[in-house]
Amino acid sequence: MTSGRMRQGAILAAIWAALIFAPYWMPLFGGYTALGTRVLAIGLGAMSVNFLLGFTGVLSFGHAAWFGLGAYGAGLCLKWIAASTPLGLLAGTLLGGIAGGLLGALLVRRRGIYFAMVTIAFGQVFYYIAFQWSSLTGGDDGLRGFARQPLHLGFATINILNDATAFYYFALLCFAIVVGIMGFILRSPFGHTMIAIRENERRARFLGIAVELHIWIAFTLSCFFMAFSGALYAMVNNFADPRMLHYSLSGDFVIMAVMGGMRTFWGPLLGAVVFVVLQDYISSITVNWMSFIGLMIVAIVLFFPRGLLGLLRQRKAA
Amino acid sequence: MKKSIHSLTPDRRTILKGAAAVGALQIASPFVIPVWAADAVKIGIANPLTGTYAATGKNEQIGMQLAAEQINAKGGILGRKVELLFEDSTSGDAGTAVQKTRKLIERDRVNFLVGNVNSALAQAMAQVSNEKGVLHIVPGGHTDPITGKDCKWNVFRVCNTTRMEANAVSTLLFKTYGKKWHFITPDYAFGHTLYQGCEANLKKLGGTVTGNELTPLGITDFSAYLIKARAANPDVLVVLVQGNDMVNCLKQISQFGIDKQIHIAGTQQELEAVEAMPPEARVGVWMFEWYWKQAASQPGLDQFIAEIRKKSGGKVPTARTWFGYVTIHSYALACAKAKSIEAKTVAKALSDMELPPEVKLQPNKVFFRGGDHQLMLSAFIGQLNSKGDGDPENLFKVNSVVAGESIAPSIADTGCKMQMPA
Amino acid sequence: MIDLLLFNATNGLIIGAFYALMAIGLSLILNLSNVINFAHGGFLVIGAYLSYSLTPYLGFWGALIVAPFLTAAIGFLVERLLIRRVYGRDPLYSLLLTFGLAFIIEDGTRQIWGALGKPTSIPAFLSKPLSYQFFFITGYRLFMVAIVVLAIAVLFVLLRYTRAGIRVRAGTLDLETVAALGINIRTLRSLNFAIGIFLAGLAGVLASGQLGLEPTMGDGLLMPSFIAIIVGGVGSLNGTLLGGLMIGVAAGLTAVVFPSASDAIMYVIMAIVLLVRPRGLLGEEGMLT
Repeated sequence: MTSGRMRQGAILAAIWAALIFAPYWMPLFGGYTALGTRVLAIGLGAMSVNFLLGFTGVLSFGHAAWFGLGAYGAGLCLKWIAASTPLGLLAGTLLGGIAGGLLGALLVRRRGIYFAMVTIAFGQVFYYIAFQWSSLTGGDDGLRGFARQPLHLGFATINILNDATAFYYFALLCFAIVVGIMGFILRSPFGHTMIAIRENERRARFLGIAVELHIWIAFTLSCFFMAFSGALYAMVNNFADPRMLHYSLSGDFVIMAVMGGMRTFWGPLLGAVVFVVLQDYISSITVNWMSFIGLMIVAIVLFFPRGLLGLLRQRKAA
Repeated sequence: MKKSIHSLTPDRRTILKGAAAVGALQIASPFVIPVWAADAVKIGIANPLTGTYAATGKNEQIGMQLAAEQINAKGGILGRKVELLFEDSTSGDAGTAVQKTRKLIERDRVNFLVGNVNSALAQAMAQVSNEKGVLHIVPGGHTDPITGKDCKWNVFRVCNTTRMEANAVSTLLFKTYGKKWHFITPDYAFGHTLYQGCEANLKKLGGTVTGNELTPLGITDFSAYLIKARAANPDVLVVLVQGNDMVNCLKQISQFGIDKQIHIAGTQQELEAVEAMPPEARVGVWMFEWYWKQAASQPGLDQFIAEIRKKSGGKVPTARTWFGYVTIHSYALACAKAKSIEAKTVAKALSDMELPPEVKLQPNKVFFRGGDHQLMLSAFIGQLNSKGDGDPENLFKVNSVVAGESIAPSIADTGCKMQMPA
Repeated sequence: MIDLLLFNATNGLIIGAFYALMAIGLSLILNLSNVINFAHGGFLVIGAYLSYSLTPYLGFWGALIVAPFLTAAIGFLVERLLIRRVYGRDPLYSLLLTFGLAFIIEDGTRQIWGALGKPTSIPAFLSKPLSYQFFFITGYRLFMVAIVVLAIAVLFVLLRYTRAGIRVRAGTLDLETVAALGINIRTLRSLNFAIGIFLAGLAGVLASGQLGLEPTMGDGLLMPSFIAIIVGGVGSLNGTLLGGLMIGVAAGLTAVVFPSASDAIMYVIMAIVLLVRPRGLLGEEGMLT
């Protein structure tokens, strides 16, 4: 028991150490800081998708919509309302989260493949709006002309705009806060209810749990997390475009979650690391990178459905 | 067809072998195997190799590779070998394009940057290159702001602006075909500026617009818009959609027989799109930004065509191939002129630099205008040749070649306020 | 104005018929196998390219017949080798599997046929308008509608009057019972998948007469089919047919009044249907879970 806990603590420490020292060890392996920041934002997105998928068992295949709305929210706020990084993050989170929550109320009665289809279709509605409403969103050209702003802390100013490493640490701090909230929720009674619904919805219903309400809350929370990561991602690139809302990106997020291990908390982050880094490298080597990614997805589905972390656990158990 | 992005070597990075390049070239200059000084001059290219713009991106790549071989055969840039690093920017994902740009600049430490076919990605890349102070040439993204209101000291562009395209064909169309025009415009920034340009010209000439059909990007069926357009009974139907949308649109126009009732025209047309159309859809008056079959002989043109054929499986060069070719040569020429590869110095050398005949491969003066960093390239105006007139590769009949300077708006009109760093 | 609306309504029916062809293939697979086939657009492209490559040898007509069968054969193999392994697992996995397949197909077609679009021609007598006034009704478009009607009619007859067809329909309603009756649902699903892909291949061949043939041709056609299914109601092929025609006509009419929204209108219809009648227009209650 205690050794298990100690091991868990050691793993946790290793994860955070790897993240904290990333700007120093990544270049040794051909990485670069901007890639690390991108992985953080996308990894957070994958964890948000998994918050719903892995812990409530509800498959949304349109979550990129909230990611993209978060990005536009942040971009529009920085561009038109206030040149402040924290406000931008907040605006993005609210925009994506509220839109997701409203839509979620319509969808919570749907399950399984039908839920997936409807989320794809509604996700595409938002994609379409971003694409067509070019006077606001810049349409296909994307939203430009905004940039994350240096942080003014009163006693000091941190230039996260031009200093890639400083921005990495800012993103890491954001990441840590959101991951902390996620972990807290999952450990709370609400989190246990979510897992109960995942394991057996009918039984949960018999126990008097308001299943729809719980799924809706989980969905909405996941949308807020997703929108936050989208807002962060918009600041990585200082750019937002309609493809950030497209269902193919939703698919990427789901793949990351599955690849890392859906039933684990940290799995999606690992999945995001592997996916983003692999795509980055393969697409520099061969123009046929899409085939490699496709084959990788097929292989995961057929041979490693529990993901990388799931595989490790299984081996340990055996 | 080789599987590697870098078609010269299977290595991770294209390493252009000087000796091999000399062998491949038929330039009769002294046969030297250069001894390279120091490290290579690295040019990073983030351009589409997958998705809708893959074909155009690929052609630009071929042109760039040829240029690099030629430069290395003649001793490289200031005695240093030119090395091209290609990254797939995808056709529309700005996040990927930006990430690849950062990768090229931060990790690979490229000296110069190139990209992109897609205007949106080009602008997103320009934001990064400007932040990092890396010289950047946009080979083939047309939207006005790149060398207009968003112009930057470090960004130059080879292909036309949309306004230049509009100006190139307007007068000819008006005089030859009539004054009532109907438009089919793609509903995004690029299409809107193209339409505004044409409309302004038409009004100035005293014509009228019978209607403008805004079509969603990537739409597959144009019949609803064509029904409206024909009902308006214009003299000219101006098709402004691009790429595969244009192929779809022209295919449907020819099947509906509209080209037999109304003159079909448009601004920019590309050989890549024309090759993808069946012969009956190759109709109308258009401009090409460069065309391989020219009336007057140009120094180096035949050789350029022959070299490109070797690299492209026997195909003739397109405007895209030429863009790529000009882009890399421009860097080499400007570095030679500046005797430096430092970004600001080279940027100054590029400003108002005129391209020599064997690079420009066309009549008229071709130069980078200092005020907005826009290349003043000729417009090839003419008609699509549905059957090729005996030469199946000659799909365009050039009527006139207009100098870029005469169709470009004045620098004041572009909205560019160029500020070179001290 | 009335003329224009009528024109566009007719025109919308033509387009809708095409959406329906694609959507019915997708719907067949969804109903019996519980698989959302993201690679459907990819199979459409395969069908189109196969017919392009076969045309020099078999002519337009030969390619029109052979290409869909070849596509179906590829689909059959894919089902046998890959898709069937995820039946009975969380629908998540089949989604991801076909999502990955779509990547491979797009890249594969680009590798084989090149990124540059291919010129496709149709017989001269079909590529003309039938009358000056109704110029948008070309021989080819009429022919397309005829083929679609024929294909759908054959399919419905198969489903209603053949043993396999009846089993497919029964399986749509209650797969467990069908399996319990000793029917080999593995073969049934393979066959059903192949038929769905056949329709995708056929749609591809027909589309390449109208659209530019290149590796991403199928992208824009997947979403309308999706929406046709949701609007019509999951589990009902009649519904899918209706949904396809509806969004075709709606898009045509919107193009007259508010052109920029002609693509968006199908989403609006979907939203309204989901709000008012969540199971879709002709969907069976209980098919949704």
